[in-house]
Amino acid sequence: MLDSHPLRQRDREAVIRVRDLEVGFGERTIIKGLDLDVYRGEILGFVGASGQGKSVLTRTILGLVPKRAGTIEVFGDNLDELSANVRRATERRWGVLFQQGALFSALTVKQNVQVPMREYLTLSDRLLDELALLKIEMVGLKPDAADKLPSELSGGMIKRAALARALALDPEILFLDEPTSGLDPIGAGDFDELIATLQRTLGLTVFMVTHDLDSLYSVCDRIAALGEGKILAAGTIETMLASDHPWVRAYFHGKRARMIAPHEA
Amino acid sequence: MAQGTLGQEPLAVIDRAGDEVRASLAGRWTAEHAAMIETLAADILAEADRRRVIIDLGRVSRIDTLGAWVLDRTRHELGTKGLSADFVGASPEQRILLNEVAYRGFQEQGGVRHTAFIDFLVDVGQSVAGAGRDFLGGVSFLGELVSAFLRVLVRPHRFRASAVVNQLEHVAYRGVPIIVLISFLVGCIVAQQGIFQLVRFGATAFVIDLIGILVLRELAVLLTSIMVAGRSGSAFTAEIGSMKMREEIDALRVMGLDPIEVLILPRILALVIGLPILTFISSIAALAGGGVTAWIYGDISVDVFLSRLKGAVGLNTFLVGLIKAPFMALVIGIIATIEGLAVEGSAESLGRHVTSSVVKAIFMVIVLDGLFAVFFAAIRY
Repeated sequence: MLDSHPLRQRDREAVIRVRDLEVGFGERTIIKGLDLDVYRGEILGFVGASGQGKSVLTRTILGLVPKRAGTIEVFGDNLDELSANVRRATERRWGVLFQQGALFSALTVKQNVQVPMREYLTLSDRLLDELALLKIEMVGLKPDAADKLPSELSGGMIKRAALARALALDPEILFLDEPTSGLDPIGAGDFDELIATLQRTLGLTVFMVTHDLDSLYSVCDRIAALGEGKILAAGTIETMLASDHPWVRAYFHGKRARMIAPHEA
Repeated sequence: MAQGTLGQEPLAVIDRAGDEVRASLAGRWTAEHAAMIETLAADILAEADRRRVIIDLGRVSRIDTLGAWVLDRTRHELGTKGLSADFVGASPEQRILLNEVAYRGFQEQGGVRHTAFIDFLVDVGQSVAGAGRDFLGGVSFLGELVSAFLRVLVRPHRFRASAVVNQLEHVAYRGVPIIVLISFLVGCIVAQQGIFQLVRFGATAFVIDLIGILVLRELAVLLTSIMVAGRSGSAFTAEIGSMKMREEIDALRVMGLDPIEVLILPRILALVIGLPILTFISSIAALAGGGVTAWIYGDISVDVFLSRLKGAVGLNTFLVGLIKAPFMALVIGIIATIEGLAVEGSAESLGRHVTSSVVKAIFMVIVLDGLFAVFFAAIRY
């Protein structure tokens, strides 16, 4: 059902294009010679062993970590060559969900969602409130969560609130850092469905770093596996299953993976 | 199999038969009995004087990782003595545990030889190098701050006035009671001691000069800066540090907001505006304290105090104290911010950096005060 969606078959424009990326700290090189494309409208699942550089890659694309070599193009612009204004405009077009939510602890959920709105838009107070409540409802939170502080929320609610904030400006790209970690299986399943629904409704491109095999099977259009400092394999789940690389095989043919994989007819 | 409490203690009974030594183990070989287990294992090792060693686990009621580890280690050590050692009578679970634990000698990371004296010199050297790096970091951050400030000046709509006012309330307004209190008390103390000493020369009246000059030039600004470093410096470091721990600073960045503009500039501006105000209030309180003490201990009436004070201090005395205040504020703010941003993921790191922030800030405040003293003396102000 997901594969036949018209949006995904049509545009193969690469919204994120990474070429020959090298990132390291001190003497350690974590990523070297990495190439990656993320196409408009797809949900890309990003996997890799812990400590191999998934977070580092995400943070490098976002500009939180400096790179040593290579180019990163977002929406067709080379990030290095952007002026401060254009850079700000680019940042407005993406939304990020950090692993722990990273909600501003001194603000309520509603105020958190309003931060990017206040920053980039000039809205009347009423519209600010209404839009924020709309996003909060969109991610499946009850309206009474809007006035709660992050310390008063459960883990699942924190993720949803952070998602609402990431979606505040109707971004074109959504970065998710292990969104289902720490959620119970039902919560995780609900979150996957939420992402899929929002992707359809808002036409998002989703870059999801995850370990959750369920998410990979149920929601991702393509998967990219990171290891040994570069992309080991990228493609649909069938491509990953057919890969020869030992780590990729262990990941997708291991005991857990086999239990989750849909049974062959 | 009924085992009384005696069955709890680990036991090893060692028999010899032919060319083999048999160690029959019983009881609980678990972590609570660690000392006993190691003793028994050492015994087995010591008494193994035949070619083959059999370790019989048939009557072991329970064994955990520690017990399995020690046993496998013993087997390994027997092997290095040239004896063959085997486990018999182990249940399937016990066998799995023994295999999992598989003794491997953990190599000591090749240690460098330590001498206490050399270590001391190394520490001193590293501290000096660290202090130098800290100083450079501070100067560099000052540059970032100034450029952020200039950027905001050029785009006034980006200026977060409400944040500055909010911080000003915390730094200055909420700090007034405690500053007034301690300044008043220090004023009293200095005046009292001054009177006691000066009374010997019959020069009690000069205590007014002493109080006036000391408070206005040095004491007020120093006391206030130390108090603000303790109150607000630690608060800033803790706030910024815990935001960093929770990735809130990263979240700001990816939304296109500059953390320096949003978080740090308002705080530093609040310090630079608030500390001179507090210094002024502190001077008044300290002078008042001195006046009260002079009246009580020195029989100096209020009019005499005030008129002599007017003669003893000039505008320069007052301004010297006030001029230092914004610089102290900058130093406190920069150190608090740098320490806050240096916090890593743990609570221990947060605590360490908050402490370090206050200590470094107070130290630099006093150093700066010394430098100013030299400066003002040189220009005879």
